[in-house]
Amino acid sequence: MTSVQSTGGEVIALSFLLAFLLAGTPVPGWLGWFWPDWVAMVLIYWCMALPHRIGMGVGWLVGLLVDAGRGALLGQHALAFVTVAYLTLQTYRRIRVFSPWRQAFSVLIFLLIEQVLVFWISGVIGYPPRDGWYLAPAVGGMVLWPLLFVVLRDTRRYFQVN
Amino acid sequence: MAALKPSKRVRHLFIVNPTATLQLGLWVALSMVVMTVDHRYHTLGGVHDVLSTVIYPLHYLTRLPTDARNWANENLAGRTTLLEENARLRESQVFFNAQLQKLTTLEAENRRLRSLLESAVNAPERVLIAELLAVDFDPYRHHILLNRGRQHGITVGQPVIDQHGIIGQIIRADPFTATAILITDPNHALPIQINRTGARTLARGTGNFQELELPHIPNNEDVKIGDLLVTSGLGGRFPPGYPVGTISKVEFDPGSPFARIIARPVAQLDRIREVMLLENEPIATPPAVAGTATTPPP
Repeated sequence: MTSVQSTGGEVIALSFLLAFLLAGTPVPGWLGWFWPDWVAMVLIYWCMALPHRIGMGVGWLVGLLVDAGRGALLGQHALAFVTVAYLTLQTYRRIRVFSPWRQAFSVLIFLLIEQVLVFWISGVIGYPPRDGWYLAPAVGGMVLWPLLFVVLRDTRRYFQVN
Repeated sequence: MAALKPSKRVRHLFIVNPTATLQLGLWVALSMVVMTVDHRYHTLGGVHDVLSTVIYPLHYLTRLPTDARNWANENLAGRTTLLEENARLRESQVFFNAQLQKLTTLEAENRRLRSLLESAVNAPERVLIAELLAVDFDPYRHHILLNRGRQHGITVGQPVIDQHGIIGQIIRADPFTATAILITDPNHALPIQINRTGARTLARGTGNFQELELPHIPNNEDVKIGDLLVTSGLGGRFPPGYPVGTISKVEFDPGSPFARIIARPVAQLDRIREVMLLENEPIATPPAVAGTATTPPP
């Protein structure tokens, strides 16, 4: 038995593209404060579902593109995404068997670490966060995780991405 | 035995990757190097160009829903709404035309007097219109991305204004996009003058779209709420005379030598859609040229 052919690279790329568009959509009012980092969430999903394909290298490249797209310091999100990918790869065996709601708590921790890293770097280059609200997107991400998980899982099964 | 060899996918389930932490360390180190080079030495211009060009179409996709809504608003507006708007625009046109007549004579007079004084003639400024593509993800940093870049002649340092007043300046020009820093960014300050008294100071950003801070104004200075602030033209970045803000709060603290003065920007910085970029070249250079030209030879 040889190893199974890897398929569905386009589906993965498209999911990252959609996440990028969602993350860049302007959201008004208080909802905007909770608008999650969709790209990081999609990265967590793929690291969890296909750890043999998606890992730190992909995370780093995606992070670099996010940096360029958002006008951040090059490497800022790359570093945060690599860390998130690492944490997911180390724990995916446990998280995978949780129900989506229990997964959401792990996702919250990953997203909090991501936000802290990104804003810590912002602070180093002269833009320290003025209050604790910068952590709110992680909470938004936790709430929306079950939805994203179900959508991506069904998409993965439908297109047989493995 | 070869028949029992598990697939990569299954193997991954049981064998912990022994080099994962090492890999993390390497990636983090690489990120640190990239960030340091980008922040300290600004030598990643080529990488920025490539990445921003790759990302460029995505910004347009992101704007699609907003654009569609605006288009629908404009095209599906009722007849009465359009007539009302038409009447309002015509009214303001008459008003501005009347003002413009005065301005034309004043400008002519100004130019004549300046030529008598042999000082630099203010060249008519060229403007370029640009649209907002994206705002910064970081709520504490006031940077915006515009849909014009080096290809359209944008250079670093160009002042950005809207129909009310100064918005900010360009800090990075990529091939098709440019990043501008707003005057309310905590790392931005611009030289201003209080229009009524002529007192010069700086307007520092606070990270709040509604507030500018005026440091170093003594307690006995004549400052009133509602005073207009205009650019002073010092520093050569911003042309003089453009409105910046109005004083919104004046607090005298007897224990401190300086008053605490807050101004509110006249431009609506949190709802920018279209901006104008001023050509900064002619304003920055002529005074020096004129100065050397009029110096009598020894």
